[in-house]
Parts: sequence; C-alpha cells; structure tokens
Amino acid sequence: MSEPASVAVLTSRLRVDDKRILEALERRNVAVAHVDTRTAWWPLDGAAPEWRLVLNREIGQIRAGYAARALERLGVIGVNSAAAIETCADKWHTSLALRAAGLPTPRTALAATPEAALSALAAIGYPAVVKPLVGSWGRLVTTVPDPDLARTVLEYVAALPGPQAHIVYVQEYVRKPGRDIRVVVVGGEVLGAVYRYSADWRTNVARGARTERCPLTDRIIELATTAATAVGADLAGVDLVEDETGRLYVLEVNSGVEFAGFEQAYDGSVDVAGRIVDHVLTRLT
Amino acid sequence: MTVQEQTTARCPECAADVPFAEPPRLSELVECGECQVELEVVTVQPVTLAPAPEVEEDWGE
Repeated sequence: MSEPASVAVLTSRLRVDDKRILEALERRNVAVAHVDTRTAWWPLDGAAPEWRLVLNREIGQIRAGYAARALERLGVIGVNSAAAIETCADKWHTSLALRAAGLPTPRTALAATPEAALSALAAIGYPAVVKPLVGSWGRLVTTVPDPDLARTVLEYVAALPGPQAHIVYVQEYVRKPGRDIRVVVVGGEVLGAVYRYSADWRTNVARGARTERCPLTDRIIELATTAATAVGADLAGVDLVEDETGRLYVLEVNSGVEFAGFEQAYDGSVDVAGRIVDHVLTRLT
Repeated sequence: MTVQEQTTARCPECAADVPFAEPPRLSELVECGECQVELEVVTVQPVTLAPAPEVEEDWGE
C-alpha cells in the first residue's frame, strides 16, 4: 500500500518548472499528490484532504486564489498562502503592500474609470504605463507616450468586458537600461537574480526576454526580501527596475514564480525546484 | 504497453509522431515538431495528446 501523500502540487497546466518540482519531491521520497485544478472542488465544511500542504502552482491567478482559500479553510497549509496569491494577483493590492513596507516603487495611481485615468496620467506625466489590474507576462501592459495615444488606449480599455477591467492602474514610465531584474526568493532567502533583456520594452521571459546573471548587492537582497515579506509570499519572483541614475524600484511580486529563464542564466548551478521543495518541507515540520 | 515503452504519441492536429525523451506526466505540455501546436498529455497509459488549453486572461506568474 502506498504512503498517503503529505504534499499536493496543484496545477492545471504542467509547465517545465512544475515538472522539476514534482521530480524534486520524488527525489526526496516525499509522498506527493498531483492535483489537477480543473477537476478539483472542495466543500465549505468537511474533512481535510490527506495531504497537509499544498504547493499551489495553478497558473490561473483567480483560480489559484480561490483554491488556496478553500484549502486553507480545510486546514491545509498553502504555499503560497491565499493572502499572498491574492495580493500578488492584483497590481494595486501589491502596490499597497509594497508601500506599506516602505519600499520604493514608481509613482503610481489608480483611476476609477478610463476617463479618470486621463487625469491621472496627466498628473503622473508622460511617457507613462497603463496596466491591467490582473494579468501577467506583460499582457495588455501599454506604454503611452502622450495624451493622444493615451486617449485611444483608454477607449480600448473602456471597451473591455468586466467591471474590473475598467479600473485603471497607471504608473510612471521608468527609463530602464533595456532590462529589468528578476530576483527569486524562497523562504525569505534570495537564491539569485537575473537581468532580463528584451527588444520589447516589456522584459518578461514569457515574451522572449533573454536572461543573464545579475550580481547580487545588499540593496537588491534587501529590496527583494522585504518585498516578498510585504506580500506574505514564501516563494516569490520579485521584479526590480533601475532608473537612469541606477536607483532601484520594486515593480511587482509574482507568487507563482517561473524559473526556467533564471536557471538557464545560472547554467543549472542553482536548483530552484530543489530549494522550493526543501522550503516546503520545513513548513511541514 | 507500459509508459516506459511508449516513446511517441500522435499529434491530434497533424497526425505526426511527437517524441518523448522521458516518460511524460499527466497535464505536461509538449509542442508538436511538425505543426508547432501546443499539446497537453491527457492520458499516460497509453500516452495520448490533445490541444492545450488557450491562454486565459489571468494566466501567468
């Protein structure tokens, strides 16, 4: 008879990173259940699943948050927690958490309507960036160089379905040197950092950005660990950006961190999946 | 046939054989080398593939 699983990995799309995590768990002889979110449901009241901890790798941010809430209700430890997933899934909530922790971020505003966003952009100054509250991989993130283009972009925003899409997050455009910095934090410890270079002004690896090892400095470590703590994330991909003077800002924190590009830059010398699993096991003790 | 013995599966889009370097896992994503369609492993015994789900608005990190 097989041993009951103590850890579940929740996914609906098994990415290469998720596969590495499953392999790392198996190498450590951890009894693991791979749960497909697409067929999962949980009662409001009921018995806890056999596993005590869920490593939440669900790719849909809304689904990940609800699943985490449902499982925490049943007494399952969430890594990341529901609160962390929900905070990271919403750019405004992330900004609030980062600012509460005293972290430097680009000047940011929240507009209650697309029309109001034009006024907010005028206050922020051009060029500026318009971002959807929810989303990742740089989708629908737009740089607007002037009011004319901003007006057009906001007309498209107004035509998007769903009331949440009409709440507009606007931000100062940081004149970064063609790259940003991704820092991977696991259990409060920085595993390393990479520069992400791209011809596209959005430097997401999912958009084809190239990664290169970034030397760790005390400032990078301080910003990244403080940001991960601010959103309550055990596992975090913290994005930093440098301005023309070299000053660093925290852009966002990703709770479902993808690390293939990071590992590539480190030539496989940092075993992110292994470090994630080692951290998860500390949460079980 | 066991999972270990099966080293390819048929692409549901173009019927090409999609090779596996190691036994695939359920829900794993692969790309068909012929038609470049992204596919999902929907069963492992035997290994069968289906077109992967379209990216949704809130997908990401």
